[in-house]
Amino acid sequence: MSLGVIMLVHTAFDRAEQMVRHWAGAGCPVVVHVDSNVPSQTYDHFVESLADLPDVRFCARHRCEWGTWGLVAASQEAATLLLEEFPEVQHVFLASGACLPLRPIAELRCYLDAHPDTDFIESATTADVPWTVGGLDRERFTLRFPFAWKKHRRLFDAFVKLQQAVGYKRRIPEGVVPHMGSQWWCLTRQTLDAILRDPNRGTYDAYFRKVWIPDESYYQTLARLHSRKIESRSLTLAKFDFQGKPHIFFDDHVELLQRSKCFVARKIWRDADLLFNTFPASEDPLRQAVEPNSGTVDRVFAQAVDRRTLGRQGLFMQSRFPSIDRQTSIAAAPYAVLQGFDDIFPDFQSWLTQQTGAVVHGHLYAKDRAHFADEAEVYRGCMSDNARLRDYNGKMFLSNLIWNGRDSHHCFQFGPADTQEIGWILAKDTQASIWVVSGAWSIPLFCSGRSASEVRAEAARLQRIEDKFLKVLRSPDARARIKIMTLAQFIEAPMVVLQTIIDEIAGHRGLAIKEAPKMRDLTGLPDYLQELKNQGMHPFLTGDITVGNAPATKPVARRKPYVISGK
Amino acid sequence: MDLWHAYRLRWKRRRFLFRIWRKRHEISVAVDRTGQIRPDGILCFATVRNEIVRLPYFLKHYRRLGADHFLIVDNGSDDGTAEYLARQPDVSVWTTTQSYRLARFGMDWLGWLQWQYGNGHWCLTVDADELLIYPDHETRDLKALTTWLDGQGHASFGALMLDLYPKGPLEDTPYVPGDDPTKTLAWFDADNYRHQLHHYYGNLWIQGGVRDRVFFAHEPARAPTLNKTPLVRWSWRYAYVSSTHQILPTRLHDVFDFEGNSKASGVLLHTKFLPMIGAKSAEELERGQHFQNTALYQDYHQHLTENPDFWYEGSCRYNGDAQLTALGLMSKGRWV
Repeated sequence: MSLGVIMLVHTAFDRAEQMVRHWAGAGCPVVVHVDSNVPSQTYDHFVESLADLPDVRFCARHRCEWGTWGLVAASQEAATLLLEEFPEVQHVFLASGACLPLRPIAELRCYLDAHPDTDFIESATTADVPWTVGGLDRERFTLRFPFAWKKHRRLFDAFVKLQQAVGYKRRIPEGVVPHMGSQWWCLTRQTLDAILRDPNRGTYDAYFRKVWIPDESYYQTLARLHSRKIESRSLTLAKFDFQGKPHIFFDDHVELLQRSKCFVARKIWRDADLLFNTFPASEDPLRQAVEPNSGTVDRVFAQAVDRRTLGRQGLFMQSRFPSIDRQTSIAAAPYAVLQGFDDIFPDFQSWLTQQTGAVVHGHLYAKDRAHFADEAEVYRGCMSDNARLRDYNGKMFLSNLIWNGRDSHHCFQFGPADTQEIGWILAKDTQASIWVVSGAWSIPLFCSGRSASEVRAEAARLQRIEDKFLKVLRSPDARARIKIMTLAQFIEAPMVVLQTIIDEIAGHRGLAIKEAPKMRDLTGLPDYLQELKNQGMHPFLTGDITVGNAPATKPVARRKPYVISGK
Repeated sequence: MDLWHAYRLRWKRRRFLFRIWRKRHEISVAVDRTGQIRPDGILCFATVRNEIVRLPYFLKHYRRLGADHFLIVDNGSDDGTAEYLARQPDVSVWTTTQSYRLARFGMDWLGWLQWQYGNGHWCLTVDADELLIYPDHETRDLKALTTWLDGQGHASFGALMLDLYPKGPLEDTPYVPGDDPTKTLAWFDADNYRHQLHHYYGNLWIQGGVRDRVFFAHEPARAPTLNKTPLVRWSWRYAYVSSTHQILPTRLHDVFDFEGNSKASGVLLHTKFLPMIGAKSAEELERGQHFQNTALYQDYHQHLTENPDFWYEGSCRYNGDAQLTALGLMSKGRWV
């Protein structure tokens, strides 16, 4: 017999009784401390329920509130009693009523027998470890905390600020180097005895009585003075969230706990029947020598927390509504906006789908309806193609569309004939890449067969809208990847631009263009534009399209550079 | 949100409380078992009318989640609902034949019950066709959830209302009372929900889903609101505004995060479209008790009496809480 247990209990007495029976059943003497806030009736009943166990003792009771000295006093009281009453005890394990042994207690005892001189106590200097909540680490030891953090938070904070402001500092007793760590430890008899019988204990106790959360620092600090060998880790698996509150384990954590190979875990939800039935696991000779490995648990928890608190970009939901100003994108995945290309190439959509394998939508923001890929009426995630529904909240429409299809790259056509409200959202979105061939709207007008005088007003309107969009794209707030070229620039070297687009959309899977898309016959376009000019409407966004460069087949005639004379 | 607005909302809340108090005699107690309520009990409040088909599973669901007592107002049922409820050991029943609409869709009646019995309790306020679920609800009951919420300092829990519908015309899929309605109504719209901030109350205002897609495309602003705050640690000072969409004080419906991380939230499975929806809608066309401006919703109810089919090949089949979490319809937040 070498392991003794101190158990601190304040609630869930049926479970606590079960835990005491686990420990006692494995031959470990147990000293139980019950919070003095517990009504005496409950306490008596609890004592009675354990009366049949010979090696269970109850020690004098202290008031235990979170972060107060009472918790240390309770463990001191219990430890003294344990060491006195059970001289054969070599290791003392501090547990609570919500600590559940995961592996058989015999395995824990074997493990401790193999490390007879080791103290298992997490103990780190405050200077080196940024664990703490509320920004108080070193200051726990140097300030005073007369106000309860839980009940009088404002007073607590104000008083801390005041002390910081006037530069108040308590003196730390000589020889003491503040250390902190998990409050659940397993110490050797020798170390614990030395701490309790230290001639300076009066000084230390008086000092730690006024430290904030002393149960995380009292033994952690003093063990450094007396221990022969400290293994700075806790044998109890306990996870804390970012606010320093303990995570509670539920039935669905059963597999995770099994994998952890830890000896003891806390806190366990009191109604987690599956956990209480599963653990402690039955003995397994193969596992006996296995070291506890809380690494997997740590990783799973950290990943889960990261995913839930940082990740999931582009998701809007009941409990997540990031405002556009505080984030860089509304979309879950990169997407491309293409303006003007489908005016130049009649079957651009199907060609681009073939080349890249991306999802290529038509004009999502067309006035009549949303033209999804394949012209579906209801798209993935039950998105309706109804224009009113879309325009009611155009931003959510886009965000939903991309969230639903975030496994693929989305492209859609845009143009001055579409609803324009989404413009700013696109320009500010870092996931967007926007390709604009300005002035391409002139091609459908040209192909319509209507005369320049007939389309003049329409052309002016489209040009005005497109110009406004270009201004947005050129504003310093625009964060999307943006490439703007005039129609004239584009038709001089269309293949180069298309290849760049494909490379960007398809990434490494992008292939060299085998087959160029078929361009509309632009013969006569320069004359048509000239005719517009003659009517008084200057299509300046098309760039300078001359008769020579319209069909790309002919060699481009180089114009003479202007020479500006010095005189 | 300036001080003046906050001050106005404060008075608005007081007016609601006064109104609740003024209407307190509209309901009369039929079966009072409120003596059973323990100090830490979780209470479930509901107003029902002719819900004999839904109630067996409704009670089963919330009992399994750990609701300790049900406080139900019966609004003039004639199908035996009140008698059925009176036979349940953990249900207290009040009855009324007054107007549901004029009682702010039952909120005045429930408000009075919450005022009397809810103070200090975690209170669940739902309709008979709403089944609350949240991440891991099969292994963690409401007690676990509310303990965690208490520990985090949250006094409320938000949920998205998710319309479930069957494959095929609504009336053609049979449902037996007591069965799990998600077996009949197995489909839902995965993500066509639009979120915006409510300009007056500051809550997240969510619209969308199948009703929006099928009925309200011509007038999206009128589409049903889907955000709810059904679970609140109650104080007698609180008052729901319209259904459980908004609540005063407004901090209670701030169940979402601006910064980009997600708080924990759940889903209310909405089982409105069980086969009797046609008959109910026909009745509603006559009674006009369900919307503020009933004339505008004539088409909606008319359409529902015509046995429509909501299903399309992209509909999602309901497959439990893990699926909804993965789709981003609800979140575990930090409740790992």
